[in-house]
Amino acid sequence: MASIQLKHLIKRYGAGAKTVNVLHGINATIEDGEFIVIVGPSGCGKSTLLRMIAGLEEVSEGDIWIGDRIVNQLEPAQRDIAMVFQNYALYPHMTVFDNMAYGLKIANVAKAEIQARVDKAAGILELGHLLQRKPRELSGGQRQRVAMGRAIVRQPQVFLFDEPLSNLDAKLRAQTRLEIQKLHRELGITSLFVTHDQVEAMTLAQRMMVMNGGVVEQFGTPEEVYNRPATTFVASFMGAPPMNLLLKVPGVPDGLVLGVRPEHMQVLPGPGGSGWSGEVEALEMLGAERLVYVRVGEERLIVRVDESAQPPAIGAHVVVTARADRLHWFNAQTGLRVEQGVNE
Amino acid sequence: MIERNRFLDVLSHVVLMVGVLVVAFPVYVTFVASTHTMQEVVQAPMPLWPGSHAWENYTTALFGDGSGTAPAVGRMMMVSLITALVIALAKISMSLLSAFAIVYFKFPFRMAIFWAIFMTLMLPVEVRIGPTYQVVADLGLLNSYAGLTVPLVASATATFLFRQFFLTIPDELVEAARMDGAGPMRFFKDVLLPLSTSSMAALFVIQFIYGWNQYLWPLLVTTEERMYPVVIGIKRMISGGDAQTEWNIVMATAMLAMIPPALVVILMQKWFVKGLVDTEK
Repeated sequence: MASIQLKHLIKRYGAGAKTVNVLHGINATIEDGEFIVIVGPSGCGKSTLLRMIAGLEEVSEGDIWIGDRIVNQLEPAQRDIAMVFQNYALYPHMTVFDNMAYGLKIANVAKAEIQARVDKAAGILELGHLLQRKPRELSGGQRQRVAMGRAIVRQPQVFLFDEPLSNLDAKLRAQTRLEIQKLHRELGITSLFVTHDQVEAMTLAQRMMVMNGGVVEQFGTPEEVYNRPATTFVASFMGAPPMNLLLKVPGVPDGLVLGVRPEHMQVLPGPGGSGWSGEVEALEMLGAERLVYVRVGEERLIVRVDESAQPPAIGAHVVVTARADRLHWFNAQTGLRVEQGVNE
Repeated sequence: MIERNRFLDVLSHVVLMVGVLVVAFPVYVTFVASTHTMQEVVQAPMPLWPGSHAWENYTTALFGDGSGTAPAVGRMMMVSLITALVIALAKISMSLLSAFAIVYFKFPFRMAIFWAIFMTLMLPVEVRIGPTYQVVADLGLLNSYAGLTVPLVASATATFLFRQFFLTIPDELVEAARMDGAGPMRFFKDVLLPLSTSSMAALFVIQFIYGWNQYLWPLLVTTEERMYPVVIGIKRMISGGDAQTEWNIVMATAMLAMIPPALVVILMQKWFVKGLVDTEK
């Protein structure tokens, strides 16, 4: 097992005038045994970052440390890592056993040892009865497990997951999430997990790296990221429905943005009373809760209310209040979080 | 066809039967002619039922008639077989390797080389036959297996086919192999080759028949009887002028010459069809 350090990592494609910068200097330290989720919208550079750590993309500038080595110039196989691909990338002509054993065979591991390691991985992943099948005879979930098995048998220092759940259906995805968590608890191997799905990120991560446009917006525990988003991007990216970011409502000073999560607001029958008065535009029933879309002045905000509460009628005039201890302030220009000095 | 229409059923069967007749009848006539004596064959009308001389005709064709006037086809069959096998196998290995280089390696003028190969698709062997003959003759390869096969081994078609196939192999598979520590040749051997087997089989069938049926090129580079392939042998048996052509022996030889390609097609049919239609990866 090993820690990973990224030191001012830059990735650019092309040269001269056509240079495209994809990563703008990533710095991060990942502790030994941590489960890190890299999350961000598509095109934010998260997969590129993972592939650079894997050795599949060249590093333009900066250093990648795995353990106590700089691995910039090492071939993927020499980095002591294992990767699970989005489409699993199983060898179609090999059996499940051979798929898992292939890397070990190349590394000249003894036959008995290969057998033992594959059997152990197959046991953990409940693949024992499938070892002689070909990938095309397996379901999506089983293929996914084989791909993980292939990573496990190598007993690497680091696991890299490149959106491994995105080809599974919703139910299987939830189940596999739990399995990955369990696996990480048992093996304790440093893991990097790339996803664009914030639910996956929140549930799996010990710490998460929220990326946007080639930079890390925030790197922290899910609680920190959710409760104290560092930027307006993080605030709006994490959470569904996203945090309300309000610029033009009464009580918000110039140059600041107020962020309030939908669950930290209340809709009261109006007009009158203290709070923002507005008009209900739409309602959405989600099951346990209901989303109320309210227009306040020029802003539109979403309030999450309990399903059992009597919903306001569409077009009704209401008053919206926010919990005073759950307000987030951001600088309107930079989008950065502002901690103090806000008088309400 | 889902539609059940008696007329269409009959029509399609008639069309199929006519097609079979057109193809099969000449073969049948060849077979019949190869089972009669020469006198019976040359009389008009020719008999349409097999005769009783099959055994002697075929042994004469295969091993000669003892007097040395009719050449033994056995040896020619051997020459043809070796030539066709070498051409087919060498073609496949060569085009596999060149396609591998073009698809998976970055080197200067990669695309230029690909297009150069691609352009030669448009040039049949006959176009370059003069210079090629000069080269082979200067290298002293006349009347040798090398002379018969080497100039026919490079194949733009096969290279192109394998290139297209390699392009369909997902990049992730290549990356997974890299993560597993497989070097380029290891990847080629362990992943690309097994995945290409059905294309290879299809190509083998096509190229074997191509090699077996070569006529013009062997005609140029062979001057000695021991290096004649069977296709040339047939031609040489049909003597012009006053000499009598032993049609029954010629026909027996033709039947014999048909057997190996037919065997290859029949035996490899399953693979061949799979290789042509297979999209499963």
